Parts: sequence; structure tokens; C-alpha cells
Amino acid sequence: MAIEIEQPRVGLSKIAVSKTHGEDSPYFAGWKAYDENPYDEFRNPSGVIQMGLAENQVSFDILEEYLEQHAEEASWGKKASGFRENALFQDYHGLQSFRKAMASFMEQIREGRAKFNPDRVVLTAGATAANELLTFILADPGDALLVPTPYYPGFDRDLRWRTGVNIVPIHCDSSNNFQVTPQALEAAYKNAESLNIKVRGVLITNPSNPLGATIHRSTLEQILDFVTIKNIHLVSDEIYSGSVFSPTEFTSVAEILESRSYKDCERVHIVYSLSKDLGLPGFRVGTIYSYNDRVVTTARRMSSFTLISSQTQQLLGSMLSDEKFTGNYITKNRERLRNRYEKMVGGLRNAGVECLEGNAGLFCWVNLSPLLENQTRESELAVWEAILHRVKLNISPGSSCHCSEPGWFRVCFANMSEKTLEVALKRIQSFMEERKITSG
Amino acid sequence: MTHTRTQTQPRTPQSDADTTSTTSGGRATTAMRVIVPLQGVVQGRGGLVLGSVIPCALFYFLQFYLKRHRPGPTPTTPPSTPPEAAEVSSPPLHRVQSRSIVSPRGRPQWTPMMRKIIQMVFFQLGLAENLLCVDLVQDWLAANAKNSIVGRDLSISGIATYHPSEGLMELKLAVAGFMSRVMERSTSFNPSQIILTAGAAVAIEMLSFCLADAGNAFLVPSPYSPDLDRDVKWRTGVEIIPVPCRSTDGFSLSTTALDRAFTQAKKRGLRVRGIIISNPSNPVGNLLNRETLYRLLDFATEKNIHIISNEILAGSTHGSEEFVSLAEIIDSEDLDRNRVHIIYGLSKDLSLPGFGMGVIYSFNENVLAASKKLTRFASISAPTQRLLIAMLSDTNFVDKFIKTNRERLHRICSEFVAGLKQLGIECAKSSGGFYCWADMRGLIRSYSEKGELELWDKLLNVAKINVTPGSSCHCIEPGWFQCCFTMLTEKDIPVVMERIAKVSETCKSHS
Repeated sequence: MAIEIEQPRVGLSKIAVSKTHGEDSPYFAGWKAYDENPYDEFRNPSGVIQMGLAENQVSFDILEEYLEQHAEEASWGKKASGFRENALFQDYHGLQSFRKAMASFMEQIREGRAKFNPDRVVLTAGATAANELLTFILADPGDALLVPTPYYPGFDRDLRWRTGVNIVPIHCDSSNNFQVTPQALEAAYKNAESLNIKVRGVLITNPSNPLGATIHRSTLEQILDFVTIKNIHLVSDEIYSGSVFSPTEFTSVAEILESRSYKDCERVHIVYSLSKDLGLPGFRVGTIYSYNDRVVTTARRMSSFTLISSQTQQLLGSMLSDEKFTGNYITKNRERLRNRYEKMVGGLRNAGVECLEGNAGLFCWVNLSPLLENQTRESELAVWEAILHRVKLNISPGSSCHCSEPGWFRVCFANMSEKTLEVALKRIQSFMEERKITSG
Repeated sequence: MTHTRTQTQPRTPQSDADTTSTTSGGRATTAMRVIVPLQGVVQGRGGLVLGSVIPCALFYFLQFYLKRHRPGPTPTTPPSTPPEAAEVSSPPLHRVQSRSIVSPRGRPQWTPMMRKIIQMVFFQLGLAENLLCVDLVQDWLAANAKNSIVGRDLSISGIATYHPSEGLMELKLAVAGFMSRVMERSTSFNPSQIILTAGAAVAIEMLSFCLADAGNAFLVPSPYSPDLDRDVKWRTGVEIIPVPCRSTDGFSLSTTALDRAFTQAKKRGLRVRGIIISNPSNPVGNLLNRETLYRLLDFATEKNIHIISNEILAGSTHGSEEFVSLAEIIDSEDLDRNRVHIIYGLSKDLSLPGFGMGVIYSFNENVLAASKKLTRFASISAPTQRLLIAMLSDTNFVDKFIKTNRERLHRICSEFVAGLKQLGIECAKSSGGFYCWADMRGLIRSYSEKGELELWDKLLNVAKINVTPGSSCHCIEPGWFQCCFTMLTEKDIPVVMERIAKVSETCKSHS
């Protein structure tokens, strides 16, 4: 019998086989458990409740109503010529009308405290793409971005995978509510230096994910001063800006630039998206707003690799330009999120669980360190697994957010109905009571 | 290293005898050059008064419009002093420079209104977009768009929430069916081997990222589409090694040339990871026959490399030649399918460029897995997916569209090619795509890239026709030009030919 000569397997790239996409972490493993046994009020009341997905479903009805009423305008029913102009030959510039709409929406969220020029708006298919694109432009493979911890687990993939850029953490802790300090910034920078890694910028998320809190104005000023002295970039991911419970508590880096008469603004870039504030992640709408002309031009060309369909731009453009609608939406959305937050925090407090004081976002930063056997990552993961498999709640462990203090968890409250939230809170209460009894 | 040719932007031509404008700015002079010929056109019909008033009115309108809608970013407030630190205001230089790929076919940065005005006198033959059947799509959308996105059965929450980033299964099914129909049912496509992306450029770049490391290379038969330089090389750091095809071979690919290119690459220390072909080919428009495809597969197997077949124009074949997809060859062969990947998309075959829909069709599980994860960065928005599902499932519409598109393509191609022939300009055999590959070697003053670009400049500024010169497609023989005819109507063809004739006369008289 002839021996088969095995054909050498045709190889793939390092990127294709690397694990930097991070989809093996607990953050994603919890989602798997949910997918296998999802909670349903009637059909599966003992299933896993998904509290690890930062999605905003509290204001769907407002959107639904608007889109259904205005579906004619959204499609090309009456404006057949509109199709020809807009759909054909989609430029990476995007529709001017849509860029204008995005700029004005961003202004409205900041209550006019900052102005946005539509010509600086670059469209991308989601904030994920926007962050990756900026990283490609601002840094070379092997360079680093400084990112405050804890941070969104997706950054490990979005900022590092294809770009080959490193993330060097800026360590924050609970002693000052996880706010960034000049010392922490300096320490992170020195850390990168000692590793012979060139730092190209700082990337902050404001309001923060997973903290669910806005960055203080004074802290923003300090960060801006730091990047200016070090002559590096600042990327401010403001995708939760429309989800701040009280608009006056949010300061965008754009406002600070305006107060400084745009001096030295070429190092600043803002990322925004409609996925969180409008609850439309399926639409894949993100933007980069840069004060740097070269970055805008390069980002536009690069956005060929992450376009938003003209149809989607058409669909949303008129909605976002309708200032009466957006004003009303933003106000209602803030209110409903605040109510959810208060319900969540109240329920947790009753169960004896403390949270970080938050004022934004779709989640709470919850302190479960009293439940840990040891103040270690392993103990944290043990608690996480217990909550996932016994309490049937998928929450995100702080370690997947690179938090330096074990015991913190991100718990989402906006991606479910109020009833489901109540069920989840009850489960937490019973779990905590059980623990009290067993620990005596 | 591949010689990336940089072309001058068409927008600020250096000299032109016609202009009488003294206004400042390259844009104004360009506008003037546009208006002057218009004067001639109008004068023929409306007399002197109209002939002067209309162009002047248009000119002022255009000026006004240009001022208000200047393309390109303007700073919110200009910085008081130019930034000293070069570091920040210039992002990593070597990367940015390699990113300033400029070609005369570069995307026009004009607004739709400007485009309308320019189009009145300016013929864009450098853009491979198909307007021939736009009426069919428009009609379908008018009748169906509203209900297909948000209808009785579809709520916003159904399309708003997170979706699998590589595309809804329903859409994959619809796309698999469409691909099969377009290729005249010669082969069927498995939906689970499909990854959907927000455009064909994305699909090509994604495969580039998955199959090669920075510093590796792909072999690409030349001439090839200028877009490939960006899609394959820009962010990936992967090289393209052109494999020259010659007019004497009808621009078909020879295995000898492939082999030679592969060996040369090896000598230079470049690791070749795959071959990228386009079928129908761009810019020439020929189809690869079975024999060539078999030989390619053998070559790839022997060297243990990948093959990527860009079949994005499969539905735009219009000759009598048979289109054979690489997928069909695979069906009948017993070989390692892990090296075969097909690119497709809807923008060309369905006249929907604005929609951005690309397809990776692969037989390699690992490539599918990696690509799936990469679609996070470029997935198609949900309402667009819904619309496409509805459109592709309307098989009556699809069949009618494919048939009509082919008929219209065939007609306009024949007329265009015949028109050129009358001027003494022959075209390479074209059986697919929106363009023809025209032999203008007889018109260029010197048989060189310089001569070719001089002719291109004349065609642009005198004849007001934008075509793509062979040098930006990396053609080794100067004098060939790609002319796209799908943005023309039959009435436009005589006008275009007349203009080319004028230029051709001046070229001949100079030689």
C-alpha cells in the first residue's frame, strides 16, 4: 500500500492565527453560557440573564415610532432621483447631509457647549472600526497607547490585533473612585519607556466603560496638559456621551479645547457612535472627529475599509437632523437610564452590595470584593463562575477589564426589560442572603 | 519592489491654451475649461445670447457653489501659530506617505450637485460604476424599500440590536442563491462558506491580512486595477509583485511569467503567499478559461500558496464567451481546497455601489473563522441587510435584472468599441466588465509612460474625457487606456467619439 505523502498545509498569516482577538476571555465566555441558556420571562424563567452586554434598549419605542412614521422619507419611495445621487458611487466622504446631521447631534448632546464642523466628521462602520482606524493612523506596530484601567475588554482586540500596537495601562484604583491622576499617567509613560516602547497617545473613554461615570473636568485638563507636554495624541471615546443622566455633569474634551481657543488641538480626536446612545448597534454607525487635517484626510481614505451604506445614512440622516425629535429623545433617554440606574443601585444596596457612584452609561461598577476568598484574580473568577452558573447572571469580571483591584464587576441594566431587571435583583438578593447564612 | 506610480491629480492642469480666466485658484480655472466648451454646445442651438448668458450664469453659480462647498476639511478655527512639534501634526510619516496613493482615477471629491454640472460637459470614463440599469433598481426600491426594512413583521428592535457581524444567515442564503444565478447555475454556493463585509475592498484587505504577513507578497497579473494597490498593500504591509501580461498574448496570463515572477521574488527574499486574479479581469475585461484556471491551481498547489479569485464582475459578462468560476473548477477537482478563496460583491453586478456589500467565499475553515472575527470592523448595517434580503429573494427581479444588464452592456460595449474602431483605435477583446481596454499606442508621441500621460492629459483637458491610463494599472506596455462606458447613454457615444477624434487628429499632426 502506497504511503500517502501529506501535502504541506497551506499557511495563514500570524494575524489570522493569533489570539489577540481576545475572544477566549471570560468576557466572551459568559456570553456563550447565555447563548446556550438564555432567560425568557415565560419560556425559560430560570435561564441566564444577560447582564454583560452594554446595549441600550430602554428607548426603543421612541425610535420605533419615529422610524415607522417617517419610513417613506427613509426609503426612496418618492425621491427616486435621490437614490441615483446618493446610492451611486458611494464616496468615502459620505453624504454631506448625514455628516451634518451627526455633527449637529453631537452638538445637541453637549447642549451646544461645543461646536462640530461636518467636514471634520469621518464615517466608519461603528466605533470599533473608528478606534482601530485611529490606532492605525496614530501609531506604528510596536508602539503603544496608554489606556486607563479598568477599560472595555474589546480594546484589546480593537487597538492591538491588526495594528500590532500595544496597550500600556494607566493604573487607577478605588482610593479616588478610579479617576486618572497625573502620577498614574507619568508612571504608565515611564513603564512604556522602560520597555523601550514608544508612546503615541492616550486613549480615554468618557463617560467611562466600565465605570459608568464621567471624567471630571479637572482630570480632563490634566490629561490634556500631559499629552501636550509629552507631545502625543489624545483619543477621547465619547460613545456614551448621550447616556449621561444629567447633561451638566459631562464635559467633553471638545469643550475644553474651545475654552483654550483650540490651541494645540491637532493632537485631539473624538470617537462617537450611535450604538449606545440611540441603541442602534445593528446599524453600524460610528464616527471619528479629528481636529487634525491630515488625520481627517487619511482617516477618510481609510474609511473605504469600513463604509456605512448610503441607505443607512439616508435612513438616519433625516431623523438626526430633526432637532425637535432628537432633543426629546435625548432628554427621555437620560431620564429612563437614570431611573434604571437608581433601581439597580437601590436593589443592590438592599442586598448589601455597594457600587461605585455612577452618573452615566448602561451599567454599574459593582464591588463584590467582600465575597472573595482572597483578594486575587483567581478568587474573582471563582465568584464570577458561581454567579454565572448558580445565580444564572452573566456579569463581567473586572479582570477582563484589566482592573488592578480584584472583586469589581460590571453589571449592565439597560439591555433588558424592567421586569427582567427585577428578577435579576431578586436573584442577587437571595444569593447574598444565602452567603450571609453560610458564612454565619 | 513594486513601482508604485504616482499620477498627477487631474484637477489642476498646468497649461491650456483655451483658458481666458484670470481668476485665482486651480478650481476656478478648471471650471472655466468646463464652461468654454459648453458655450460651443449651446451656441449651436440657442444663439449668441443664450450661448453667452447660460455659461456665465453657470460659471458664477459654480463659483458660488465651490466657495460654499469646498471639498476637504477646514479647521474649526485656524490655529494661531503653526504647530512646532512635527511629531503630533504628522502622524507616523512613513506609513502616511505610503498611504498617499494617488491615481488619476482617484475618487472625485465633488458633491453630487457639482457632479451633475460637471457631467453635463465632462465625460467620466474612469469610474467603473454601472448606470445602465439604475432604472430597474430605482423602480424596485420605490415599490419595495419601505416594507422591506420596517414593516409589519419587522420591528426596529429586530434590526437595531447586535447581529452576527459576518452577516445574517438569511442574507448569506440569498447571496449564495444570487451568486449561483449570476454564474448561470454552473455551480452552487454554500452559505456557510460565506462571510459578508461592508464592501469588496474590505473583503480583499481582509484576505490580505489573513493569508500574508507584513513583508510577504502576492503575485498579481498586470495590468491590474489600481484599487488593489490600496486594498492589498496599504495597512497590511504586504507587497504586490506584478506578473506582466502582453498584448501579443491578448493580455492572458502565462504560467511561464508566473513562474519567473515567483523565482525572482524568492531571489529577492520575498515570500509569496498567493496569487490574486480577477475574472472577468479588470482593467482588460477578458475571461479566464478553464485551462488557465486549471494551470493556476496546479501552480498554486506546486508552490503551496493561495489563490484569490476576484469575481465581482461575474454578472457583468456580455460576450459569447463562457464565464467559469473558480468555484466550478474546484467542484470537479480533487485537490486541497484550503487554498481557494473567491471575492464577490453586489456593488457592480446589481448597480448598488453605495450599499457596500462584499463577499468572501472560502473553502478554508480557518480563514472563515479569522475573517468572521475581522468583520467586527466592517459589517453591513442591519437595515441594509434586510433590504438586500428582500431584493435578492425577489427572483423575478433578479433574473430580469441580470438579463437586461447583460443586454444593455453588450449593446453599449459594441457601440463604444465600434466607435473607437472607426477612429483607428482597436480594443482588446472584452467579454466582461464595464469597460474596454483601448490601444492608443498610435496616438502617443513617445512610446513611454511620459508619452502616455501626455495623451491622458490631452484627453482630460481637451476632450474632457477622464480615462484610466495603463501605467496606473501597472501595464508594462505604454499606450493602453481603460475606458468605462457604463455611465454613458447611447446618445453620448458620438459626442465622446468626436472629442477623441479631435485629440487624435492633433496627436497625428504632431507626430
